[in-house]
Amino acid sequence: MTEYIIKNGNVFDPVQGIKGDKADVAIKDGKIVDKVGSGAKVIDAKGKTVMAGAVEIHAHIAGPKVNMGRIYRPEDKLFTCTPTKGMERMGGGASIPTTFKTGYEYAKMGYTTAMEAAMPPLFSRHVHEEIRDTPIIDEGAFPVFGNNWFVMEYLKNKEVENTAAYIAWLIRVTKGFAVKVVNPGGTEAWAWGLNCLSVNDPVPYFDITPAEIITGLIEANEYLGLPHSLHIHPNNLGNPGCYETTLDTLKLAEGYKAKNKFGREQVMHLTHSQFHSYGGTNWGDFESKAKEVTDYVNSHKNITIDTGNVTLDETTTMTADGPFEHHLTGLNNLKWANIDVELETGSGVVPYIYSPSISVCAIQWAIGMEIPLMMKDPMRCYITTDHPNAGPFTRYPRVIKWLMSAKAREAQVNAFKHKDKVLSQTSIGTLDREISLYELAQMTRAGPAKSLGLTSMCGGLKPGMDADVAVYNFNPDKPVANPDDIEKAFSRCAHVFKSGIEVVSNGEIVSNGHKRTLWVNAKVKDNPQVMRDINEKFLKYYSMTQANYEALGHHFVPNPYTLEVDAT
Amino acid sequence: MTKIIPDVICPFCGTLCDDLEVVVSDDGKQLLEVYNACVIGTEKFLHSQSKDRVTRPRMHQPDGTWKEVSYDDAVEYTAQMLAKAKKPLMYGWSSTNCEAQSVGNEIAEITRACCDNTAAVCHGTTLIAVQDIGLPSCTLGEIKNRADRIIFWGCNPAHAHPRHMSRYSIFPRGFFTGKGQMSRKMIVVDPRVTDTAKMADVHLQVEQGKDYELLNALRVAFRGEWLPDVVAGIPKEKIREAADMMKSGRFGIIFFGMGVTQSLGKNHNIDEAIAVTKDLNEYTKFSIMPMRGHYNVTGSGEVFAWQFGFPYAVDLTRGFARYNPGDTSTIDLLIRGEVDAMFTIGSDPGAHFPISAVKQFAHIPSVCIDPHLTPTSGVSKLHVPVAFNGVETGGNCYRMDNVPIDCRKVVEPPEGMLTDEQFLIKVRDRVRQLKGAA
Repeated sequence: MTEYIIKNGNVFDPVQGIKGDKADVAIKDGKIVDKVGSGAKVIDAKGKTVMAGAVEIHAHIAGPKVNMGRIYRPEDKLFTCTPTKGMERMGGGASIPTTFKTGYEYAKMGYTTAMEAAMPPLFSRHVHEEIRDTPIIDEGAFPVFGNNWFVMEYLKNKEVENTAAYIAWLIRVTKGFAVKVVNPGGTEAWAWGLNCLSVNDPVPYFDITPAEIITGLIEANEYLGLPHSLHIHPNNLGNPGCYETTLDTLKLAEGYKAKNKFGREQVMHLTHSQFHSYGGTNWGDFESKAKEVTDYVNSHKNITIDTGNVTLDETTTMTADGPFEHHLTGLNNLKWANIDVELETGSGVVPYIYSPSISVCAIQWAIGMEIPLMMKDPMRCYITTDHPNAGPFTRYPRVIKWLMSAKAREAQVNAFKHKDKVLSQTSIGTLDREISLYELAQMTRAGPAKSLGLTSMCGGLKPGMDADVAVYNFNPDKPVANPDDIEKAFSRCAHVFKSGIEVVSNGEIVSNGHKRTLWVNAKVKDNPQVMRDINEKFLKYYSMTQANYEALGHHFVPNPYTLEVDAT
Repeated sequence: MTKIIPDVICPFCGTLCDDLEVVVSDDGKQLLEVYNACVIGTEKFLHSQSKDRVTRPRMHQPDGTWKEVSYDDAVEYTAQMLAKAKKPLMYGWSSTNCEAQSVGNEIAEITRACCDNTAAVCHGTTLIAVQDIGLPSCTLGEIKNRADRIIFWGCNPAHAHPRHMSRYSIFPRGFFTGKGQMSRKMIVVDPRVTDTAKMADVHLQVEQGKDYELLNALRVAFRGEWLPDVVAGIPKEKIREAADMMKSGRFGIIFFGMGVTQSLGKNHNIDEAIAVTKDLNEYTKFSIMPMRGHYNVTGSGEVFAWQFGFPYAVDLTRGFARYNPGDTSTIDLLIRGEVDAMFTIGSDPGAHFPISAVKQFAHIPSVCIDPHLTPTSGVSKLHVPVAFNGVETGGNCYRMDNVPIDCRKVVEPPEGMLTDEQFLIKVRDRVRQLKGAA
């Protein structure tokens, strides 16, 4: 493999504590190394910003509901199609780009690892086929557990060990990465047209509460010692006043400590926290409760969060929170797709337009800004747009601009039709913090990598780590003349390396890389009871036989990277 | 000695049964018996064993006879045809696996082809309706475990999806449906008294072509508003009875087929059927699902969608993907004489397209990839027989509810035969050379 040396860049690396010093980054055999030979290819990064490849902790980029979005929204492709170009396959789509475009767009922005946030286990093959067709970036997928019949039955009887054995089995057969929970109990209730709006609403028939599901899954997750913690989308998403449910959910993590060998410290990751930080009683007195939520998270070190920034675009919402999407189609009257999945989960898809002329959308935007600006530890708060729910991931450069420039935020607030309402219902007007490049590297690289348990692999530039490097045309020594320059610089990298291969040069794709699928192989003690239960459920209730359930073979996971966990 | 291979997937219809057992000879070369499959599925497996099967590509000669050629010659002809054409059409894809579809899409991208699948003559109208109004749906196991109201609209699963009712919709005893058939009410909407209709609790014998009116009347009936005495040939009392039956269920589903998608009204019928489903979700839980025909037509739509962004009727001639059914759809392209090469795989347009479209095959270079002898292979210039997908090779396929199931290989194909994917890879590599693509 070609050796590289990236010379004289301004390096930002929280893993080594480098805060913009001029330094060289050497790459050999796919890894960051101390030094390379004189024959190494020199990349001149003078006056440029050098960071590790960014890590996406939560996005919906592959699988049945994403593709449902593509199928039923031809309008999303209007004026967004890109032709075949060199080694780039053709692409299309704005909020739900095709798989090839997804890989290229992430890479061009300097992202080299991404997590698909909700994999319905029954559809794992579909998820993996799309992951296979998403070039360059390493990907993992989170199977959903919060409405799973096995989990609810075991946890009703407080059988944590059995739950853990089932999780280990399911993650293995679906080639999954982490334990995802979406509206625990609520999606199962949705199979009967109902919902669970608080952590104490019992799930119909199963007679268990969301709170019991959540604590049980935290215990099972730590019993196994998985790389990532429980990754939760709590109940009552998106409703005025939902922050109380969010706080109730966060409180469930109290007293739990992370147990794993991956350097992860949290036991719960609260995703797209913007959607869960709403106060008020209706859309008229809708207000921000970002302070209440971030105050709690700031004082509890066993929780990490991501933001879920609203980008003020037309987009496509999609979530395993089936009842929420039904609620949303009732609000905006746009087309509604729903996919209930036997024994496991459900999901829905509804297009949405975040209009700057609508006060609620503008307040949502402000809450998305408040959360990262109010979080004291950038290592525990990561930038996402919950792609494509609050906006497409391709808007990250704009979110970065808003976070790095109070001037840019002010301009946006002034552009809102209901500016006064935004200022009265949120505290965005009082926040003048500007995120530094070092903090940005924490929020998009070192932080999410640590939360995912990938800290020895990616998110930093320490020798021995994977050579995932992004070089931006951004000179940190010069004052920013125009905030739009930030957005421009973070939109297209000067260079991107993925596992030591140069994949982007001058903003163009130059290699399709060697994309890997990350998955976790958790070993547990033989558990005949769980295996018997699995067998029985397939015989009686699944519409597929057990022998046909596993995602096996080259055409699903051509290039796996396995994280081994031993819980025997 | 023989051996039994369990959990085999049936590559026939969109029901994609995966509980078949197949008996093969000890050397794995002969398929002897098939258990658990319906008659059509069994026939599909056994047909692969027929002695008169064509095992090598054949060129149509000017005198009407066929001349056997090598696979290499077939690859060359196909690649040359696609590379030279200004606007090639690559149609079918519904009876092959997703891996072959993916390779086909690469070829289409290099040659700037129009790509389409059999939704063109089936559920393409459904897709248009879904793009208008959405689709509240679920997996088939949800029906098995929960559904107590089953509506078959314009479809006849007793004959077209023979195991659908026993595996998923009417007879199975699921988790919340312990009494099986006894716990379900069945409504059939069909102008004919089909074998499915004969089983129904309520048969609404709709006047032909009046599905939209009946669907609309149901929406009126849900709201308890005024109805004329007779709508679409059905007395209003019967409509109200059906509407009450639908509303009173705990979990219902509408399955629909060609009877509504390809009769008068087309996509508008489906629009209204989906609106009925949405309305019912105000009272109870309801879903709707198209009864997809070919075993992997759903998969073709999925692969098109994640690679190009559209589920069918994709036109790549401008170098990027466009979608405009009526303009970029196969039958229209053929009838207007716009395409100058016809590539067919895994389907039989010769038997199902209007004759004016089929006649075009005669005027242009054409290739048919199909293990069977079909009307399409008969009118194509080159017929390339391949291994039976799902019998002689595996690969991923999508059931009518979009659930992916990996097909199994149970026997070896006749010696020297290529699979769809292997043949397409050779064509792709040759097309790349011819086009000088990256």
